[in-house]
Amino acid sequence: MFSGFMTDTWAAATIVAVVAGVVGFFTVMRGAAFVAHAVPNGAFAGGAAASLLGLNPVLGLGVFALVGSLGISWLGRRGRNDVVTALALVMMLGLGALFLSMSQEYASQTFSLLFGEVVGVSSAELLPILVLGVVCIVAIMWLFRPLLLSSVMPQVGEARGIRASRMETSFLVILALATTMTVPVVGAFLMFSLTVAPAAAARSLTARPMAALGLSVGIALAVVWCAIVLSFVCNWPIGFFVAVLGAGAYGVARGWALYRLRRRVPVRLSALPSMSAH
Amino acid sequence: MTVAAGGDGEILRLEGVSVWLGGRQILDQVSFALHRGEVTGLIGSNGAGKTTLFRVILGLQPTTSGQLWLGGRTDPGSRPVIGYVPQSVPLDPDLPLRARDVVGLGLDGHRLGFPLPSAVRRQAVDEMLRAVDAEGFADARVGRLSGGEQRRVLIAHALISRPRLLLLDEPLINLDIRSEHEVVELLARIAGEQQIGVLISAHDMNPLIPVMDRIVYLAAGRAASGTTEEVVKTEVLSQLYGRQVDVVRVRDRVLVIAGSDEEPADDHEHAHAVAHPGLV
Amino acid sequence: MGFIFGAGFFQSSPVLVAIVVGGLVAVVSGVVGVFTVTRGLSFAGHALGDLGATGGSGAFLLGGNQLWGFVVIAAVAAGAIELIGIRSTRGRDLATGIVLGAGLGIAALFLYLDTSFSNTTGASVTILFGSIFAIQSSLVPVMVVLGLLSLAIVLTLYRPLLFSGLSPDMAAARGVHVRAIGIAYLAALALAVSLSAMTVGAVLSTALLIGPAACALRVTRRPGVAIVVAAAIGMLAVWLSVLLAYDSYYWPPGQRGWPVSFFVVLVIFLVYLLTQLRPRAWADRHLARTQSTSPRLADP
Repeated sequence: MFSGFMTDTWAAATIVAVVAGVVGFFTVMRGAAFVAHAVPNGAFAGGAAASLLGLNPVLGLGVFALVGSLGISWLGRRGRNDVVTALALVMMLGLGALFLSMSQEYASQTFSLLFGEVVGVSSAELLPILVLGVVCIVAIMWLFRPLLLSSVMPQVGEARGIRASRMETSFLVILALATTMTVPVVGAFLMFSLTVAPAAAARSLTARPMAALGLSVGIALAVVWCAIVLSFVCNWPIGFFVAVLGAGAYGVARGWALYRLRRRVPVRLSALPSMSAH
Repeated sequence: MTVAAGGDGEILRLEGVSVWLGGRQILDQVSFALHRGEVTGLIGSNGAGKTTLFRVILGLQPTTSGQLWLGGRTDPGSRPVIGYVPQSVPLDPDLPLRARDVVGLGLDGHRLGFPLPSAVRRQAVDEMLRAVDAEGFADARVGRLSGGEQRRVLIAHALISRPRLLLLDEPLINLDIRSEHEVVELLARIAGEQQIGVLISAHDMNPLIPVMDRIVYLAAGRAASGTTEEVVKTEVLSQLYGRQVDVVRVRDRVLVIAGSDEEPADDHEHAHAVAHPGLV
Repeated sequence: MGFIFGAGFFQSSPVLVAIVVGGLVAVVSGVVGVFTVTRGLSFAGHALGDLGATGGSGAFLLGGNQLWGFVVIAAVAAGAIELIGIRSTRGRDLATGIVLGAGLGIAALFLYLDTSFSNTTGASVTILFGSIFAIQSSLVPVMVVLGLLSLAIVLTLYRPLLFSGLSPDMAAARGVHVRAIGIAYLAALALAVSLSAMTVGAVLSTALLIGPAACALRVTRRPGVAIVVAAAIGMLAVWLSVLLAYDSYYWPPGQRGWPVSFFVVLVIFLVYLLTQLRPRAWADRHLARTQSTSPRLADP
């Protein structure tokens, strides 16, 4: 499991998980779950196109993810958000289906682009993935504070000189980059799970933002590592384990949060300052 | 075109500010001044232009004419910090942010980079939480707090950067009477203690009367400013609205009563009373 | 004529099946889609489609036809939606997305097992992107019946459906069984999604459901008209796509043909973009003309 070609997979999967955890933190916070669902589908079309043309799939993924993510934002400003995104999402899938249909291995390529593969990461892809990963993480760390402020309280941010539209564009670009590096590992359909589930689980477990960020990354790492091991052992697709483990983590976290809520006496009552005035 | 420098304690002055938006004149030659240590009420009904006026002050809305003088400079590039509490800040109950985190964002949320914990930062946050009486729920999820508590946290967020001017857009909306009272008292106290100018917009002036030093009454895009006694008078408001309104004082509350549209401005006998506290 | 319709178009049996069944399915999807969009349930429709992938691949694994997988899972999911509640909140969208993700993960597993065990290499393609030219003739009557059933539900309940969608509280006050109507609608939706999953694939079925309806609602505000327009757009889109897919056998890369579902999605997307070019102006002017009693609306 730790031999030669697998080290590529471990390395790629690890950095993918870190990026997914960090980007997921903001995706969930901004309520951008649907966009996170749509951009990978755009990337799918790009990956299919690149594979048809014999180019490095990361290139196709990247270009389409970027155009898709910015396009969704532009389209969303002009028409009803959900309908436009849904149609664009489906259009991308259709395009991908077209490109794949022209290639030699329609079915297997479809499968690996959509659902990922344990040995799907070639050495040619590893370096771009690592570079993109580092770029994503650095970008988010650099924009962390204004992005957080603008995501939670956009009007207040505007008053402080943080243009919400600029933050939105930056976030979408980072999301596109994250998509580009994640799809080869876990597949276009399941990238959403890795991005959203750990972050959603983390926010149920803690109210501290830094802890939530850390947990988001930690849970993503745990999910991906377990998925690699399980996939290696029984040969089932890695995407299956990522999605199911991610959902499981989310379920457990929410369950635990509910349990804690029921058990705890309403702390709030004793903390109301105005009570003491009487 | 220079504007006369501010008098004692003046931190904001508008002169002849007009704003046209979408073919309509939202603000028409609005002029007033805010002073440190004073609470000023910006009173007007929905659609009167209060939010637009705020956006002008914040530099988010260009004006068609007029001048704005802020803390000594007319150049918007070097704007001093203005604290701003918007009307509604929807906060997801699952948001992983505590009250103290929101307040901390007021300190450095606009700066690039990753927040590193520091004792100095924590102290400033604790102090501000104390100042708004929010210590009791400092570590609670901000999205789960009540409306009044969230309001106080947002005020702390706005104040922690030591602004000279604090703008609050309808801070009393959806609050129960006790919370309303607390927020108003808090704002008056802060204005006095920190010597900042506080501008509160509202459509009902009554909760603010006990603490309001000045009032800016906005109607049909025009403003009348001065003390409550000077502005809230039948003659002044009638002229502002362009039709007959009556100001009635019942104990310590003020009612502004509209006449009907067909009546000429000085015919009192046929006025039909439609009483709304503070708005027409 | 021979140039537009490729050789043997009208004699080909799969083509005729595709036109008949595809046309009917498009009509059903368009009609049900109008109610989906007006009730704000686009996301639910999309979810049912994605979950279809899980059901279809599971059915394959059990040796059955994917149609049954689509129907069963759509029914189960619709039931879950009914129980949990349709109201969309941020938390609920999140949970739904995560459950969908798990469903797709399971679909991945089933498809993988399909390939290894039952030796159906094309499973992914058939289930995800449709198989309109490969519909077994034995299934045609079934699909027709299911389609007509779905249409019947929606058209007989037309008025209460609209009413309860616009204002559930008012409808309930007027004696409309809002809950029962909701369940009936979800049943019709499940059928519509399953049928379009057969023709254009599980993950593309959303286009047929929401696309024509969205286009129709951009050009008219009257629900009756919207239903007819949506059905027409859907049907024409599918027919045109069948034709184009057939002709594309002679296009590069040759001897293979482009997927029908690609054309369906493309045509619908283009039509939608066209409706976007004439935004409110058209609908508002139309509205002004239909309101004969009120004076002409002033231009802004």
